[in-house]
Amino acid sequence: MTVPTPILQALTVSKQFPGVLALDQVDLELRAGEVHVLFGENGAGKSTLIQILAGVYSPTEGSLRFRGQPVELQGVHHARTLGISSVFQEFSLVPTLTIEENLFLGAELTNHGFLDKTELHRRADDILKQLGFPLRPRQRVQDLTRAEQQMVEIAKAFRTDLSVLILDEPTASLTDREAERLFAMIEQAKSRGVGIVYVTHRMSEIHHLANRVTVLRDGKRVATLDVAEADDERLLQLMTGRVISQVFPKIQYRPARSLLEVFGLTTTDYSVRDLSLAVRAGEVVGLAGLVGSGKSVVGRACFGLERIASGHVTFDGRDVTGRSAREMLDLGAFYLPPDRREEGLVMMRSVRENVSLPWLAARPFTRFGFLDRGSEQSKVRDVADRLNLQPRNIEHDLERLSGGNQQKVLLAKGLVSTVKLFILDEPTVGVDVGTRVAIYGFIRDLCEGGAGILLISSDLPEILHLTNRTYVMYRGDLRAELEGAQITQDRILANFFERTRG
Amino acid sequence: MDRKEAQRWVAYSTPLQRLFVRIGVLPFLLVISLIVFTTLSARFLTSENLITVARQATYLAIVAMGQMLALLTGGFDLSVGKIVAITSVITALTMAPLAAAHPDATAITLILGILAGVGAGTLVGVVNGIGVAIFNVSPFMMTLGTATISFGIALTLTSGVPVYGIPDAFGTIFSFSRIFDIPSPVYVTAGLFIAMYILLNWTRTGRYFYAVGGNLKASRLSGINTRFYLFMAYVLCGALAAVAGALLTARLQTGEANIGASMPLDSIAACVIGGVSLRGGIGSVGNVVLGAVFIGLIQNGMDLAQIQSYLQEVVIGVLLILAVIADQLRQFVMLRLKD
Repeated sequence: MTVPTPILQALTVSKQFPGVLALDQVDLELRAGEVHVLFGENGAGKSTLIQILAGVYSPTEGSLRFRGQPVELQGVHHARTLGISSVFQEFSLVPTLTIEENLFLGAELTNHGFLDKTELHRRADDILKQLGFPLRPRQRVQDLTRAEQQMVEIAKAFRTDLSVLILDEPTASLTDREAERLFAMIEQAKSRGVGIVYVTHRMSEIHHLANRVTVLRDGKRVATLDVAEADDERLLQLMTGRVISQVFPKIQYRPARSLLEVFGLTTTDYSVRDLSLAVRAGEVVGLAGLVGSGKSVVGRACFGLERIASGHVTFDGRDVTGRSAREMLDLGAFYLPPDRREEGLVMMRSVRENVSLPWLAARPFTRFGFLDRGSEQSKVRDVADRLNLQPRNIEHDLERLSGGNQQKVLLAKGLVSTVKLFILDEPTVGVDVGTRVAIYGFIRDLCEGGAGILLISSDLPEILHLTNRTYVMYRGDLRAELEGAQITQDRILANFFERTRG
Repeated sequence: MDRKEAQRWVAYSTPLQRLFVRIGVLPFLLVISLIVFTTLSARFLTSENLITVARQATYLAIVAMGQMLALLTGGFDLSVGKIVAITSVITALTMAPLAAAHPDATAITLILGILAGVGAGTLVGVVNGIGVAIFNVSPFMMTLGTATISFGIALTLTSGVPVYGIPDAFGTIFSFSRIFDIPSPVYVTAGLFIAMYILLNWTRTGRYFYAVGGNLKASRLSGINTRFYLFMAYVLCGALAAVAGALLTARLQTGEANIGASMPLDSIAACVIGGVSLRGGIGSVGNVVLGAVFIGLIQNGMDLAQIQSYLQEVVIGVLLILAVIADQLRQFVMLRLKD
């Protein structure tokens, strides 16, 4: 078998920003028809690298080669004319315009100086049909779901002859089934010989999509692997530079009475169907699945945030189906949302105010109807110390904290009151290894202290190393329940995807 | 400007510049305006004139404290001016016939008049709250709508003519009387200020206003009844504007449908100059009152310096914009310092 010629190559590329060397002599080689995953923690240099490939930045050192020829990209537009298109997390669509207007924005078709709307419509329709997207060219972009908007963004890339497609964490904000559709589209592009650079920090997606993986750490390329050699332990070790045992603590599980029980849960939008699970005190129960498998919906439904069509939820022996967040908190259940900026934290307020927010109604935070700011302060300071929050000043507003410390504050909200059950949805998303280790340590302490933990996660190693029991979901259905030694990468992955794929 | 530059800026900045970053633009504006107007007019820096400023600023200060609540929750209230108007009209329409029928029962007349007027004004706030919190109408449309409705009702009730016949005692007690040389409305304002300070800093309700405006979803997940607190913000805003309307009626001795027209913008200006974020979640009531005092101060100063009232509008507009730009500059530096 001959090695296919690379379409796009980065040769010892470096990028110096004022004060930071974001990329340090990185090589990357993208072949036609492959999905090449860039993997690494936040700040490892993934985004800088793709922005160089997409023509946003020019490298301080090193060069790019396109189809074997040296090339200097003059900007995103220049890259696009060469067939290098990128879809970043921030979309470049005008929401009030239609799909066809967006597709040809900046390259409108004209006839004697007037817009040629018929031709525009025909071509837009062609592109969408070719890609097999279920979209109509005259739909307004603002009426589309996030996944559909992403399709438009991708269709825009296909407007010209596409040879390289760069996707930056495309599943980050996709929900139900949207991710699956995206994956199908990627397969299709692959078969047409498009080379795809795919940035992610989700290991499950690597196994699903990738041909090769390049791992970055601290701006350097650590390794490039074929997906066959890229098992999770290896990837995690390469990404963090630590061995697994240093990252994940050993947890003593002492499963006791049942805390959370879900029977035949079906949500009104059918993103979860007939699901049953149980979490006992003193154990960490995993809930695994791809993005869009409905695993997040389960946590939300237990906390009164999703409408339940049928089935019921009990907590600590009482029926709590459809109870509000307030009631669940008062009963001793805490839910940690996956997106701290969106739903978790009040960014412009202080650490103190954020941590105490769910519990202000009760002692010690309120006394005789007024806030007891003294005991609020000491209580929050205690938790900040336990979590080793940096900086230690609890009066700082959250904007001024690093992502890892913000995540610690989010967790701290569950630690200032007596909480029996923690529902943690992606508790380590977008944090550095240090914080990750700290959060895992806390999960252990909480579990060994007798709390029940439902760990909802797309991060496979988290599920493998922290849970004593794990449920796997696929497209809204419960696929498997694994216990103890049954929790292996192969068994989980086998349930992540269509059964027919083996 | 990145973090390095910001640090360099701090290293080379003067103590004055650093003070600006710490305390904001408002204290500087106050000092500058004091100096400017003192040099422009000899009458400016006299105790009598400063007392006049304090009394003039009370009405705006009270309305601005209410406006602040709407701003904290991420909205605003454009109906405060017309709440002032309808309160004035209802107060006068209640008092006038009562005073005519029972000239001796002044106390009851005053109490009933104030209750009716403030109640009517507060009711507008209740409607605003229902629209914004329950029906998710944008605060802009909701309060613009109720402003028009209130104005229409006030005009219909009075046919556009001032309502006379308010007992003199109303003006005497709530406007002209002085205790220790300080006019009575200033005491009312001070009392409301203390109540607001306690509400915002020492009660759950106050904390929730900040949280709901800062991040509605996070507040809901923290078990806060976000609709209720949104609703309450508009009710309290309406009630405060109504109190200002009653005090203003005492001052004018008539019920007027045409007062308060500049209140919505002036109150938002006072809040913004006082550092309240238009995106919600940030602001302190002390600075809001200072912002209102500042606006009163420059209006008074320009009057004394015999600057035309039309031109005064221009000056206030310019100052407002400059204050916002200065504040953004400050946020920018602060954010990049991260200690």
